[in-house]
Amino acid sequence: MVFSRIIKYFSRAVSTARTRWIKPPIFLLCLAPLGSLVWKGLHRELTANPVEFIRNSTGFWTLVFLCVTLSVTPLRRLLRRNELVRLRRMFGLFAFFYGFLHFITYIWLEQFFDLRAMLEDVYLRPFITAGFIAFVLMIPLALTSTSGMVRRLGGRRWQMLHRLIYFSAIAGVVHYYWKVKSDVTVPVRFAVVLAILLGYRAVAYAMKRRSEAGAGAKQSRDQAPKQVSPSR
Amino acid sequence: MLIKKPSEIPFSEVTPKSAYLSRRTFLVGAATAGAAVAAAGPVARWLAPAPVSAQGQGRKIPGVVKGPYAATDALTPFNDVTTYNNYYEFGTDKSDPARYAKNFKTTPWTVAVEGEVAKPQKFSVDDLMKLAALEERIYRHRCVEAWSIVVPWIGFPLSNLIKRVEPTSKAKYVQFFTALDPAQMPGLSRGGLNWPYREGLRMDEALHPLTILCFGLYGEVLPNQNGAPLRTIIPWKYGFKSTKSIVRIRFVESQPDTTWNTQSSVEYGFYSNVNPQVAHPRWSQATERRLDGSFVGRKIPTLMFNGYADQVASLYAAMDLRKFY
Repeated sequence: MVFSRIIKYFSRAVSTARTRWIKPPIFLLCLAPLGSLVWKGLHRELTANPVEFIRNSTGFWTLVFLCVTLSVTPLRRLLRRNELVRLRRMFGLFAFFYGFLHFITYIWLEQFFDLRAMLEDVYLRPFITAGFIAFVLMIPLALTSTSGMVRRLGGRRWQMLHRLIYFSAIAGVVHYYWKVKSDVTVPVRFAVVLAILLGYRAVAYAMKRRSEAGAGAKQSRDQAPKQVSPSR
Repeated sequence: MLIKKPSEIPFSEVTPKSAYLSRRTFLVGAATAGAAVAAAGPVARWLAPAPVSAQGQGRKIPGVVKGPYAATDALTPFNDVTTYNNYYEFGTDKSDPARYAKNFKTTPWTVAVEGEVAKPQKFSVDDLMKLAALEERIYRHRCVEAWSIVVPWIGFPLSNLIKRVEPTSKAKYVQFFTALDPAQMPGLSRGGLNWPYREGLRMDEALHPLTILCFGLYGEVLPNQNGAPLRTIIPWKYGFKSTKSIVRIRFVESQPDTTWNTQSSVEYGFYSNVNPQVAHPRWSQATERRLDGSFVGRKIPTLMFNGYADQVASLYAAMDLRKFY
């Protein structure tokens, strides 16, 4: 008994240590796309149209990090590695970080704070509307990402709120799909990845519901003779 | 209007290509040295891949005279003109054409001129280049994606070729076809376009003195990524109206179908004249980013007919340009 408790304690310590050790290099790796942009900028390798290059690159990495964030839960279940959840907030914040850079590129480098042109874009052009929605939905998630906010909101409410990431990711992929001129290969790849990630959740949810319902039915069958008024 | 008579900018004022290139060489040298010092060599190489080669064959075209149209705008550096291209046959990324068209075979090359003409015939590129005096024409080139460049093209008015083949009275339009070679064009498998790339002009547009058959830029033969060995340039229309690597020119009676128009007719009309008042459904055409070699380029208002209204507005006098975009 004591022995198994010691093993449990020890393995938890190891896994904590492992994520603690692995976090800084992953953090740096997540910064690589930005580093690449800075490096290329310093060496004038952002093509003849740096604004377009920065815009495309930050948009691409926003979608990548949204997908990475969404793959944490499936991976931790499938690999039975719960400690992966410790990386989720970091990935999510990187998605927001690159989304923010993408947004800033648009309002500063692209439109140069031309409010009228931007309002016109958001209002008239569906692909920009979709991108704008995708970004706006990420804001409350970034704001409530701290442990303090999780506590204040309560786990269940916090989790409900953070399901907004599904809609942000969908809007982001739609934004990309609508934006390309003819070659939809890459946006379609994102759509497939996102469909798998969201599909996993739908299936997991349906299975949970069914097992609950099964358990509930079994329970009520067992209880039926004894109880006069079956509830629920 | 910005069109000025020739000799307003002497070619001597143009920044010499060698200046751009030597600067580039220096920067690349510095980057390489930096990478060598860096402990994580492979990471540095991944972060800064070798820049795409800027040079085509680099063969000079002799005997080029100054043309009658020379925009006074600052030129877009050679390196930018030749590494930032939309040529979907070689891939949809702007850097794909420079990378994948490097070994595109442009000799021998024949152009079939056919359809409603008295003298249908096949021309070699060398024959075509001898049809008229080669001129340097500095044109603004406005892409439908709202960026623009200024390029010293080399060519002569397309009308020289048209007159040679003697169009019949039935010839109302001209259609142009780009080469189609899956073995040499890796973009064909995923560009998502209706191949072969084809474009069309109304006869009066094709005969207009601004419309040129183009064989070179910056004093040398066209780099492959820019549409070697010959292309059209129609400076008052969006860039996609200019057909690259032409293999066939056909004179027809009714308005021909064109690649981008069949792709999405609400977004790309047959005329596709540069028009700041008619927005593309997905973005405004009121302004453009002029790629002039500076870090972010300059955002400038787009001019009607790309600044060539004095020369071409009369072609569309009776037309509603919102309807015929």
